[in-house]
Amino acid sequence: MNRKLHISVVALVVVIFAFGAWLNLRHGKPPENGAVGGMMVNASIGGPFELTDHTGARFTDEDLAGDYALIYFGYTFCPDVCPTELGEIAVALDQLDKDADRVRPVMITIDPERDTAEVLSEYVPLFHERLVGLTGTAEEVREVATSYRVFYRRFEDPNYTYYLMDHTSFVYLLAPSGEIAAMFRYGTPPEDMVTTIRQHMRGNARG
Amino acid sequence: MLKSLFAAALLVTTILPANGHEEKSENFTISHPWSRATAPSQKVGAVFMEIKNITGKEDRLIGASSPDAESTEIHGHIREGDIMRMRRVEGGIAVPANGSVKLVPGGFHIMLIGLNAPLLEETTIPLTLTFEHAGSVEIEAVVESAGASRSGGATKMEKMDHSKGHQMPGKSK
Repeated sequence: MNRKLHISVVALVVVIFAFGAWLNLRHGKPPENGAVGGMMVNASIGGPFELTDHTGARFTDEDLAGDYALIYFGYTFCPDVCPTELGEIAVALDQLDKDADRVRPVMITIDPERDTAEVLSEYVPLFHERLVGLTGTAEEVREVATSYRVFYRRFEDPNYTYYLMDHTSFVYLLAPSGEIAAMFRYGTPPEDMVTTIRQHMRGNARG
Repeated sequence: MLKSLFAAALLVTTILPANGHEEKSENFTISHPWSRATAPSQKVGAVFMEIKNITGKEDRLIGASSPDAESTEIHGHIREGDIMRMRRVEGGIAVPANGSVKLVPGGFHIMLIGLNAPLLEETTIPLTLTFEHAGSVEIEAVVESAGASRSGGATKMEKMDHSKGHQMPGKSK
């Protein structure tokens, strides 16, 4: 009898946990926009920022208003992942053809110590003639990274003669309103970015 | 005698760098070693390639060097969710017997640290690979555009295998 009760209590707990997990799965995670590879995002990501562009001029979120933007957070002392993503952005712009005029490519450094405006001014044109490089004080960079929920951390080790930056590697699609319309994971093919961008331009994106 | 001459000839045979070039040594076929153009302010570069072991014995890529860089390390990525952590690969990379290993963006690469000069597109980088058993293998990596990746010339072979007819135009300036 006691044993039976025990088993039913355990079973009930399992059912409650399973239901909770299911709820979490449904509501806790951003739904995947599987068809195009762009993830739908929470409206609270992104927001105002104040930085310096690669020409040395002040640059804020308002400079992007009215246009779409593809924003990538990376750093120049990154020979692999960052050039890959910036290259994919450039390919996406090529594929967008004349629609590319409505999309501003932007790279925001998460390593302002190395990436001064001058350093960025040599770096960004290698990827695209319109790529804007943004840097700022450590505090300004922390603020924009935090609002975009970008994780970055300096990795230093006595066995290394240099420091590295660990970081999340997303490409954000900013809508003309300034809201984040989509996020693309590392490795999203440029044609998937193009599909998502075109859907947003035609105003029929899901969600 | 003839056999060893042949082997020696094979050892020095390298097909000149071109799109999708191959480098052959006694033990390996190295497919299209390539790198990316860098800005003068950029002090690092990465070299990618596919190493095919054409022998029946496992080997290990344990190091590399280039006169174009102060130091050269083998690097890989630890991907934790969406966080990328690039780290040195201690102990090298295994190249299985009659198998191959790919050094591709987001995976392994040979990192050139302290570049003596910016890497310019369409030039080549001399590189010496060091294997645990086979010793040194000299190759030349071709420098492609700064944003080249699998959509660039580097993985044309792969594209032919996997992409279903979609064309990725080469990046034009």
